[in-house]
Amino acid sequence: MITRWLPAAAQWLQIDWVLLVVGAWLLIGVAGVLALRRLTLVARVLFPLGGAFGLALAGIALSAALSSPEVAVLPIGLPGLPFHFRLDSLSAFFLIVIGSVSAGVSAFAAGYFRKGEGTPPGLLAFEYHLFLASMALVVVADDAYAFMVMWETMALSSFFLVTANHRIVEIQRAGYLYLLIAHIGAISILLCFGVLQANTGDYTFANMRAQQLSPFWASLAFLLALVGFGAKAGILPLHVWLPEAHPAAPSPVSALMSGVMLKTAIYGVLRVFFDLLDTPLWWWGLLLLVVGLATALFGVVFAAVQVDMKRLLAYSSIENIGLLFAAIGLAVLFSAYGMQPMAALALTAVLYHVAGHAFFKSLLFVGTGAVLHATGERNLGKLGGLIRTMPWVAWAMLVGVLASAGLPPLAGFVSEWLLLQSFLFSPALPSAFLNMLIPVVAALIALIAALAGYTMVKFFGIIFLGQPREEKLALARDASGWERIGMAWLVCGCVLLGLFPVQFIALIDPVTRSLIGAGMADTVAAGGWLLVPVAIERASYGPAIFLLGVAASFALAFVLVRTLYHGRLRRAAPWDCGYPWQNARMQDTAEGFGQPIRQIFEPFFRMERELPTPFDTEPRYRVSVGDHFWHWLYLPLARAVERLASAIGLLQQGRIAVYLLYSFATLIAVLVVVKQ
Amino acid sequence: MTWLGVFSQLLEIVAALLLAPLLSGWINQWRAWLQNRSAPGLLQPYRMLHKLFNKESVIAEHASPLFRGAPYIVFGCMALASAIIPTLSTDLPLSPAADAIALVGLFALARVFISLAAMDVGTSFGTLGARREMLIGFLAEPALLMVLFSASLISKSTSLTTIVETLAHRDLGIHPSLALAGVAFTMVSLAENARVPVDNPATHLELTMIHEALILEYSGRHLALLEWAASLKLFAYSCIGLALFFPWGVAEAEAPLALLLAMPALILKLAIGGAMLALLETLSAKMRIFRVPEYLATAFLLAVIGMLVHILLAA
Amino acid sequence: MTELVGQLINLFAAILLMLSFAMISQRRILSLIHLFTAQGITLVAATVLVGYATHQPHLYVSAGITLALKVILIPLLLYRVINRLDVRWDVETLINIPMTMVIGIALVIFAFNLALPISKLSVSVARGTLGIALACVLLSFMMMITRSKAVPQVIGFLSMENGLFFAATSATYGMPMVVELGIALDVLVGILILGVFMFHIREEFDSLDISHLEKLKED
Repeated sequence: MITRWLPAAAQWLQIDWVLLVVGAWLLIGVAGVLALRRLTLVARVLFPLGGAFGLALAGIALSAALSSPEVAVLPIGLPGLPFHFRLDSLSAFFLIVIGSVSAGVSAFAAGYFRKGEGTPPGLLAFEYHLFLASMALVVVADDAYAFMVMWETMALSSFFLVTANHRIVEIQRAGYLYLLIAHIGAISILLCFGVLQANTGDYTFANMRAQQLSPFWASLAFLLALVGFGAKAGILPLHVWLPEAHPAAPSPVSALMSGVMLKTAIYGVLRVFFDLLDTPLWWWGLLLLVVGLATALFGVVFAAVQVDMKRLLAYSSIENIGLLFAAIGLAVLFSAYGMQPMAALALTAVLYHVAGHAFFKSLLFVGTGAVLHATGERNLGKLGGLIRTMPWVAWAMLVGVLASAGLPPLAGFVSEWLLLQSFLFSPALPSAFLNMLIPVVAALIALIAALAGYTMVKFFGIIFLGQPREEKLALARDASGWERIGMAWLVCGCVLLGLFPVQFIALIDPVTRSLIGAGMADTVAAGGWLLVPVAIERASYGPAIFLLGVAASFALAFVLVRTLYHGRLRRAAPWDCGYPWQNARMQDTAEGFGQPIRQIFEPFFRMERELPTPFDTEPRYRVSVGDHFWHWLYLPLARAVERLASAIGLLQQGRIAVYLLYSFATLIAVLVVVKQ
Repeated sequence: MTWLGVFSQLLEIVAALLLAPLLSGWINQWRAWLQNRSAPGLLQPYRMLHKLFNKESVIAEHASPLFRGAPYIVFGCMALASAIIPTLSTDLPLSPAADAIALVGLFALARVFISLAAMDVGTSFGTLGARREMLIGFLAEPALLMVLFSASLISKSTSLTTIVETLAHRDLGIHPSLALAGVAFTMVSLAENARVPVDNPATHLELTMIHEALILEYSGRHLALLEWAASLKLFAYSCIGLALFFPWGVAEAEAPLALLLAMPALILKLAIGGAMLALLETLSAKMRIFRVPEYLATAFLLAVIGMLVHILLAA
Repeated sequence: MTELVGQLINLFAAILLMLSFAMISQRRILSLIHLFTAQGITLVAATVLVGYATHQPHLYVSAGITLALKVILIPLLLYRVINRLDVRWDVETLINIPMTMVIGIALVIFAFNLALPISKLSVSVARGTLGIALACVLLSFMMMITRSKAVPQVIGFLSMENGLFFAATSATYGMPMVVELGIALDVLVGILILGVFMFHIREEFDSLDISHLEKLKED
């Protein structure tokens, strides 16, 4: 590598450019530390610069996605253990996502951070860019050592970002929980790599790829990877940290964590399942499907009843991760039965959703940031009517909400469509039992998607529509310039991903080809402007034509009504069935809007209700919705750990003589063992 | 894309726009007859629309542009929906742009916009309507999708034109899965179109209304568009039903002359279907709102069982 | 032609399953009886068809018995019972109905999987329907478990018998005549006894809630 610094820049490989961008991010971070408290410098120069490098990274990765893999070795770290890096199409795809989404988020962050956020702005900039750099290096790491170092750096830097407001007790707790589960996951991943290298002592991914594991060891590696990456992604039952940590972080960081960091876990899953392990077994797919669907249903049902806007989005992220895992499960299932074209379809849906979710979830999170700064409220019950005071944010969020609800013609719908298509093709599976599960699974996915729509209507309607529920909301100010730029960029992502799936699938094609040896580009390219997964008589979808159709009807209706009739309009007080004393408190609250879901999915929740009686002078209604997993799994676990710790604590006597005795006894025991 | 295709596409859109209010009028007429009332004229919905378009639109003083735009969007969605469902011909240039899944997405898009618009003014009835509409939607949408999938499994395609062509050409084959799907579809379309067991299109009783609560704040041309869109939706649903369960008489690309026959066939089928709908509405009583999820869950699961039966019998 | 008959039998099987499912989701006793009657009619039609397709005249006889018993006699008896006891309306279930239906789906999948290998061995014209018949039996059984009132339980029992009858018809072209007559008699006697039994529960506890029977247990 060092020797390669010398030749002219023209001869640099793409991976060198990627490492250069990462280096630039680190430098920006260092600059932040030097300019610790100079907010203007940090916000107006460093963050936009970071965003620009994000764009550069996306551009480099875009060209790398279509070329052959490249490797690089960095002689840093322990002697004899250099960092291996490799830039193949899978890494490039995730780099595109990381780069392009972080560009928008960084631009937003430039206008977002203010004084008095706890951590000084310079330090935040350092942590933020370190976080970006580590995510980029995770997806290009090519040995277990580099991967783990970057993975831990990512976890730690995001931990410090989560606890930016470290004086608030809840945030401390959230950070602690996050770190704990992140480490359980990391241990699991480490063990997984240990199994994958199959006693050769060589921890490079190239060696792992070459190993042929027996079904037992392969399944063990699979399970370890599922737990490890699942902990980072937030699958059931390792999800508890996510709704605590994501809302606790400053909004741009929440956006990165939900939009991008969760995707590194998906990257890890894809890397291990499809690249490092050879042929998968069918029951892995089934397990992934079940876990994924359970997670998705759980996430969306909980999202529908949340009253805190950022928690709602965090649960919605759990839902999306669940869908991704289910889709990966389907891909594994197909590839286990050797049905590569179907597997490619499912995998394309996964990757499309990775990109789509990255854009729309980041957009929604930064939008909540703008609302939070303008109003100081995160509670949905105290917001309302912001579309009139914050039109920019509201309209940008509307796009994100529609994309997130999986509505055509935006980004979320394309992946949902591809996923449902791959389910419809599944009755060709050789196992009758699996064939019968498929309709049920497809039904569940449809249900989850529809529930996401419910959740998103609640989210948008309660924050931005209606009448303001508090007086101070009338003073809310719209997003600033940089914030608007960032949001506009993310909006563009949602719209373009929705309208031009054919062009984007050309980028995904090399990934699926390298992972499972089949791709969709040929059939898709034959469709022209239409997205055609297999053949045009089987299924096709043309979002651009679709949009054009709706827009044309819209315009025609508008013009015809104006010309044939008139455009007279009068504004008056709302009608509301003639009730004149209408006020803002009579609208549905967040609790009210979620009530049907609370009732229908009652077994999902652990509810505590406080109902008023007719005799209360000040009637109060309170309902809190808890998570069964917390009470059934985590609290007993925590108590067990505590008991174990106090048992071990008995060993601790505080007297030197006792400690010496322990050492002595150990020595004797070891000697006895050695003798035998 | 042939000229004939373009022609049949245009014909279909125009037919949908014109026939939809007629269908609503026809159903209202039958309802009145069955309930021993004297019926309004068949053209009553057109008079209604004309009257509403002529009136000035009164909207709430703090209504946002979303509120004003929503009727046009909903109307656009429904117009597109009736353009892609093969009612007269299967040779439709617009049809490849949206298959069965996208059709459900289109209905969902309209539903989200009308619910958001209902929440925009911030009245108690508006949010109530929005919440109930989304409640019905989140169960009805997957149920509709499953019904369409039952047909997709038979024709191995989600493209609506292929589904209709396959189903119309089956040689006397009976698909038991379609029986289950048919019942599920009837239940869903009653719910989706604000029909009796779920909602009453004739009521303005505050606590029971769903569709009326959503459009309570609209007047003039906006209301006209929404009413027109509602009848287009009913028309579109009827056409889906006809396309899936009675697909005979639809013209195909190879047989241009059949287009002449397709129109009377469609009108006949719609007339019978409309009368049946009125009968069904008259025979059933409106249920409590909290029974609705149960009702829709039954429809949803029936459709799923339909798919299972198909797989069992195909194995 | 046989193909068409086979498809028609499949169709009736699907309707049978649908009716079983509708019974699970129905709260009203009156509607339950209607559904049960409809199930009987479907069963008669299916039996006649199988008889026609396989030229087995004894199936016509058993169809006739079914018609007399399950479409006419038993529903009439049940009407009388609910009129006399005045229990026409809503009945509460032990598990809520959506949950019951979800379990129902699981049972259907289970039954279908169980029947697939068996029906592959069979050469009957209606072999595909064995899974459906089995699913009907399981669903009715579950209905008996989840209802807390005596009348729906009896209907569940009768509908289970319908499922068994259909399974016998579809898999082996019906049971021997003697067995069939015996079962018909059993069902008739069973319903009479249960009818008497229900009046007694009612007199004893002033309710048809069978949870009261728990009190009969000696402590």
